[in-house]
Amino acid sequence: MDMNSFLPIQVPWTPQTATSAPKQAPSFFPYADNAGTVAAISGTDFAVLAADTRQSAGGNYLINTRYQPKMFKLSNGSVFGTSGFYGDATTFLNRINQRLEWYRHAHDKEMSTPALAQLISILLYSRRFFPYYVRVLLGGLDLEGRGVVYGYDSIGSYEACLSRAVGSGGKMIQPFLDNQIERKTQTGILRAPLTLDKTKTIMRDAFTSAAERDIYTGDYVEIFTITAQGVNVEKFDLRKD
Amino acid sequence: MEWNFDPFSNNSFNHYGNNPINASHSAGGIIQRTQSPKVWGGTTLGVVYQDGVMLAADTLGSWGQLARYRKEERLYPVGNFTAIAYAGDMSDFQYTKHMLDSLMIKEYYINDDHVLSTPHVYEYLSRVMYHRRTKMDPLWNTFIVGGYNNGERFLGYVDLLGTTYQSSAISTGLGAYYAQPILRKAVEGREGLLTEAEAIELLNSCMRVLFYRDCKVINSIQRAKVTAAGVEITEPYSVSSEWGFGEGVRGFGSQKQ
Repeated sequence: MDMNSFLPIQVPWTPQTATSAPKQAPSFFPYADNAGTVAAISGTDFAVLAADTRQSAGGNYLINTRYQPKMFKLSNGSVFGTSGFYGDATTFLNRINQRLEWYRHAHDKEMSTPALAQLISILLYSRRFFPYYVRVLLGGLDLEGRGVVYGYDSIGSYEACLSRAVGSGGKMIQPFLDNQIERKTQTGILRAPLTLDKTKTIMRDAFTSAAERDIYTGDYVEIFTITAQGVNVEKFDLRKD
Repeated sequence: MEWNFDPFSNNSFNHYGNNPINASHSAGGIIQRTQSPKVWGGTTLGVVYQDGVMLAADTLGSWGQLARYRKEERLYPVGNFTAIAYAGDMSDFQYTKHMLDSLMIKEYYINDDHVLSTPHVYEYLSRVMYHRRTKMDPLWNTFIVGGYNNGERFLGYVDLLGTTYQSSAISTGLGAYYAQPILRKAVEGREGLLTEAEAIELLNSCMRVLFYRDCKVINSIQRAKVTAAGVEITEPYSVSSEWGFGEGVRGFGSQKQ
């Protein structure tokens, strides 16, 4: 994405260098794209989220590191994943955890996943005119114990969804999930709910496939499974080139 | 006629147009500080090895294409078990050094037996960098933070945007292209096996490659090692290099052996 067009307004501090300057001094641009892929699937009584662990210097063909997690278990048992600018992501994660702690102190209970979904939207919108360049997914269980997944844009619009894939490999994984999870492009099939094991298998296949084509997806995939029993994390290899 | 022979102030000499006198004071009365770096330190390297972590950098502070400061130490200890290496603007780094020193002194005088370990310094530094980035007034630096605390090796990266990551081998600048593949091949998967002698040889050979290929690296380098014994930074030294006529040089060009 051209990040200049991504900004809703032109960054007002773009230097107006003196026209006599022979060369325009390189100006400071406050965003980077550290890429990577995040995906989520919600089931009847579970949610499965996954993210690769590669961090890249987007556009420079550089791998920063093979293992820098971009998916995190939050204190209330929800799981939060993000791709985009990692500096914004860590800041955003800190803010969420701080708000969860305040909530715990104020109300003596954990925040529910739907409430957290709304909170994340508000936190994103709080930076409407200097956005967090993050593509966020949130997964957990709702108040009735059903699996829920929420997808966002970087300024806070959000919706609950069955399956969602975002980030550098998101465009490749999303149609696969549309077919396998939402079964949108299939006819005459039995719409039986997916089991947890089947969902995890689909998720792994999605990431191994995306890693074949997207240079910014690779190294490892971490699969987070949320059930009434809690959050379980598994780590699998992806291709490392 | 204008008396303006100072190449720092005159844009017809200063091709980078980065003289602070010419900095624009633009929208909203915001005064711009470092909008582009002036004196620049280039590549830095860091690896983890058996006994801790090791960092390396040359000692050049460039002013544009000019090799301006040839004894600029770009490795710095923060407390007893952390060392940082910087690339980027020299004055911003000096500010950062001062800031970290003040922090460590403040912590020392609290006198509660708590000392800031490397992850703490790393987190602090990354929050400062992100904050300055968000003010659109960045500290134009890339840091490698290395440390060894209670048997744990730590090697992390922080840059002017507040991007952070940890890895067993990190390099900045052109080193990310020239040295990183060499470092990864030597280090990845054998973090606990690499000996000190191997790590030194590895960093020396990477610095030699950079000296040959990166015109903003000079053959005056320093290493820092952080182990259970603390931080140790070497004096500047040189690595061997070969500039003889290619015909007689072993391994040159298409020559196989």
